[in-house]
Amino acid sequence: MKLEAKIPSGPLADKWASYKDHAALVSPANKRKHTIIIVGTGLAGGGAAAALGELGYKVKAFCYQDSARRAHSVGAQGGINAAKNYQNDGDTVFRLFYDTIKGGDFRSREANTYRLAEISNEIIDQCVAQGVPFGREYSGYLANRTFGGAQVSRTFYARGQTGQQLLLGAYNSLNAQVNAGNVDVFERTEMLDLIVIDGVARGIVVRDMVSGEISSHFGDAVLLCTGGYSNVFYLSTSAKGCNGSAIWRAYKKGAAFANPSFTQIHPTCIPHAGDYQSKLTLMSESLRNDGRVWVPKKTGDNRPAIEIPEDERDYYLERIYPSFGNMVPRDVASRNAKNVCDEGRGVGPTGRAVYLDFASAIERLGVDVIRDRYGNLFEMYEMIIDEDPYENPMMIYPAPHYTMGGLWVDYDLMSNIPGLFVLGEANFSDHGANRLGASALMQGLADGFFVIPNTLGPYIAKGKHPDVDPSCAEVKEAEKGAKDLIEKLLKVNGTKTVTHFHRELGITMIDKCGMARSEEGLNEAIEKIRKLKKEFWSDVKVLGVGESLNQELEKAGRVADYFDLAELMCLDALRRKESCGGHFREEYKTEEGEARRDDENFCHVTVWEHMGEDQAPQAHKEELEFEYVELTQRSYK
Amino acid sequence: MKLTLEIWRQKDANDKGHFETYELDNVSTHMSFLEMLDVLNEDLIEKGEEPVAFDHDCREAICGTCGFVINGVAHGHMKRNTVCQLHMRNFKDGDHLVLEPWRAKAFPMVRDLIVDRSAFERIQRAGGYISARTGSAPDANSILIPKDQAEAAMDFAECIGCGACVASCPNGAAMLFVGARIAHLAFLPQGQPERAERAKAMVAAMEQEGFGACTNYTSCEATCPKGISIVGIAKMNKDYFNAKLFSGGNLGGKD
Amino acid sequence: MDKAIGFYESTLGKKVVMAVTGIILFLYLVGHMLGNLQIFLDPAQIDKYAHMLHASAAFLWSVRLVLLFCLGVHIYAAFQVWWRSRTARPVKYKVFNPPDVDYAAKTMVWSGPIIAAFITYHLLHLTVGLDSLHPNYEHLGAYNNVIAGFQQTPVAIAYIVALLLLAFHLYHGLWSLFQTMGWDHPKFGPWRRPLAVLLTVVIAAGFISVPVAVMTGVLQLVGG
Repeated sequence: MKLEAKIPSGPLADKWASYKDHAALVSPANKRKHTIIIVGTGLAGGGAAAALGELGYKVKAFCYQDSARRAHSVGAQGGINAAKNYQNDGDTVFRLFYDTIKGGDFRSREANTYRLAEISNEIIDQCVAQGVPFGREYSGYLANRTFGGAQVSRTFYARGQTGQQLLLGAYNSLNAQVNAGNVDVFERTEMLDLIVIDGVARGIVVRDMVSGEISSHFGDAVLLCTGGYSNVFYLSTSAKGCNGSAIWRAYKKGAAFANPSFTQIHPTCIPHAGDYQSKLTLMSESLRNDGRVWVPKKTGDNRPAIEIPEDERDYYLERIYPSFGNMVPRDVASRNAKNVCDEGRGVGPTGRAVYLDFASAIERLGVDVIRDRYGNLFEMYEMIIDEDPYENPMMIYPAPHYTMGGLWVDYDLMSNIPGLFVLGEANFSDHGANRLGASALMQGLADGFFVIPNTLGPYIAKGKHPDVDPSCAEVKEAEKGAKDLIEKLLKVNGTKTVTHFHRELGITMIDKCGMARSEEGLNEAIEKIRKLKKEFWSDVKVLGVGESLNQELEKAGRVADYFDLAELMCLDALRRKESCGGHFREEYKTEEGEARRDDENFCHVTVWEHMGEDQAPQAHKEELEFEYVELTQRSYK
Repeated sequence: MKLTLEIWRQKDANDKGHFETYELDNVSTHMSFLEMLDVLNEDLIEKGEEPVAFDHDCREAICGTCGFVINGVAHGHMKRNTVCQLHMRNFKDGDHLVLEPWRAKAFPMVRDLIVDRSAFERIQRAGGYISARTGSAPDANSILIPKDQAEAAMDFAECIGCGACVASCPNGAAMLFVGARIAHLAFLPQGQPERAERAKAMVAAMEQEGFGACTNYTSCEATCPKGISIVGIAKMNKDYFNAKLFSGGNLGGKD
Repeated sequence: MDKAIGFYESTLGKKVVMAVTGIILFLYLVGHMLGNLQIFLDPAQIDKYAHMLHASAAFLWSVRLVLLFCLGVHIYAAFQVWWRSRTARPVKYKVFNPPDVDYAAKTMVWSGPIIAAFITYHLLHLTVGLDSLHPNYEHLGAYNNVIAGFQQTPVAIAYIVALLLLAFHLYHGLWSLFQTMGWDHPKFGPWRRPLAVLLTVVIAAGFISVPVAVMTGVLQLVGG
């Protein structure tokens, strides 16, 4: 497998500029002749559709939701980073780049991450122009807040709904292009397969989720902007419909999958309550700005939080990490929460929760300031838990949230299949082994609005491929495969629901391939996953028909893919015999219990190649070269 | 606790549709309404009956996908809520709940509790945006926006586009939705150049979809999960009035 | 004129037309009420007023035509708006309890037609003075016409009921028109409803005071 990252030469800070200086262009008259297929309409996909529409390409955008505005970028709460240095607190593009690459535990590409930091400023300008009502000071200037893993205040926000507002901005731009006739949006349409002809991505097979009709769409390039696969854990902060099927089916068609085991467990979520639970609700990381995390010092202390005196509380993040305190990166915060709960000091009905306490912030700033900053989050918490967080400390626990791993892409965001581009969370490129808060929105918008408009051109400029013959073997085969899968799922007619299998898979994954992993556990997990998969194919019950709206069928197709994806995640976690970022192997830790990287042997991206159904996938390496940052033991102490 | 659910079942747009009654035991008070329906659906599947189709996605009250009418109230009786964040502790043991989809001519039926809200898409596409070509934006701080104005814009920008306003309007009007979209951009300096055209285009698109008229019942505001104020409707009325009668597009006097 | 027609085609435009005609009708009501209240002055005063109004037929009929036109347009637009909303929900809910619905808003649908019927009756009763409706009508003898008319208790009660309905209609119409015209402001917006209530109460009290005064004997017929 050829993995060429195609990083431009020259000094880090000049790479992107020099790339743009020399990139081949497509004339406006020729852009019109090219159709670009975009799957997913979140910040990356919606932004790309809008930006490419503006450039004059013919764009077809697909989403499974009933509106492009509902893509799960909408769920991001806290904010978006940019190196504007509006606070005069010493922020620079390099510092944002450095924080991001350090936050990712030195497992991402320097050039990609630097470009992300560089573009961050343009993103804020663009969003303001689109009408995103960011929080402001009384003076009318933009306001900032601080996020985890940073010592500067560089996060822009729109109350606790930053993702929603940014997505609306992108969606509005997308709509302008729909109105202009440059973009067609296909809602309630799910991608079932990628069409590869002569080794080049030429289209997709989709299912109309209302009529059940299977059809194919062709174009000159396919952009997958389908987000992450956290739902492999069943319970996660992702929307219920989020799934990994688009990238997974592309993987089966030859696209390489990079670092599948790099997943992020977000530290501040509402704890799990019962078996019926369908998802976990995120509470913005911004809460850690003013909330203090603690558990009782004694194990099994069942007193209500407010009755535990100050000297019997363990503010463990402040104790262990005095310089970052409660603002340590997500992986560190999550792992420590797990550790104190494992020690038996967890709180709440299940003992799997820690306190996030606002008492001292309320005392210092007054309840009105806290309400102004976090009012909607507090309301949401009270609605779910039925307890007033102004009076009692909140209870939080980590939950699967983001997947740093994804399809492998080069500097152009193109996968190893020519013509197949992967943007946003769906690719692997910018966050290494852990993503810092407020940088997912940044990456989605950077990829969609600013990177792909520049990097698609050189591919298109190479020349137009002949039109796809809809009756060619590759198309027929892809369509048949999609139809066969549906038929196969409907035919099993067993006794257990799809959700049953998904839940079981999730339990295994979070237990063995979640916040802490070990060789023994991972091997056990692989065993279990294989067994579960077998059981699924002999005992799942999917009612109804394929030719109508059938939500169970949709779920079944996604869960079927999760078994294989879960196995690959475990294989990847097994192979990476080091701890880094969100990937924590019990066997590889420092004496203090922190993650111990092995730069000697694992300073690379693991890139997996599909070798065929029921065949072991093959691992390749893309070595990571660091010219501008020094690999250090990540310390937030 | 025990519940009786009377749920609208309709196979597709051509089916006539009917109510089906289900008895549910052992509903936990910590469940969300949708989790309660998940449990019902699991039971139905195991019994070999087709599950109830309902729209949902984020389950955090932000995507705007979910929504149906519970005992005559869109998203149920709790204020500022969506069905995904409506918890069963707000109901009593033995409650009889009637579940119906949003009902409006402009929202054709899809299946069971799912309707087609693409009318909202067409309205937004008609002009609900600022045409800001990527790459041409000035520095974000070059146009200052007073905090209260930015907050006012945000109050309307919070709309999640769920359609509850239409569902609970006795007239089946979409004014709150369109008003919120227009007011959001009308409060911002960036929204001014296209303000008149936007109002004209969005209102015209709305009227074409067959929504009803506003007669100020205000039930839209009362059921809006985000508490969007009818001030947005006033703002839309004024913008439309000014755009139609006093300004010809943006050139004054020409149309 | 394209613009105006296009404007009216929208329900928003229709509502503005209703608001504007509503304002004109409301202003007329204020004048009508002030005229009526003269009945509490010297009995000759209101008759004098009646004669004054009739001094110029041209003036009288222009006002009447303007009012009739406004009323007609108001009703026509209302009917169109109502019809549009009726068809916006072809399949009705089995259970429908939208919260916080303004009671007055619900009454508009039937208070409108009833008021229209009342206006017809009122015109035949005290303006045309049909023998079958009025016991003793005398052209321009406003004072006695009113008192003789209201001395028939069922008639007085019908007037009072109709005026109460008008009050509901006015209250909702008044605050609605602020919305329709987009007259809102963070500072005075909250006062729109109280203002509508105040105006409604003044108008309704002014009109209702006359039949009540007749029924309670405060106002008596005068000879000659």
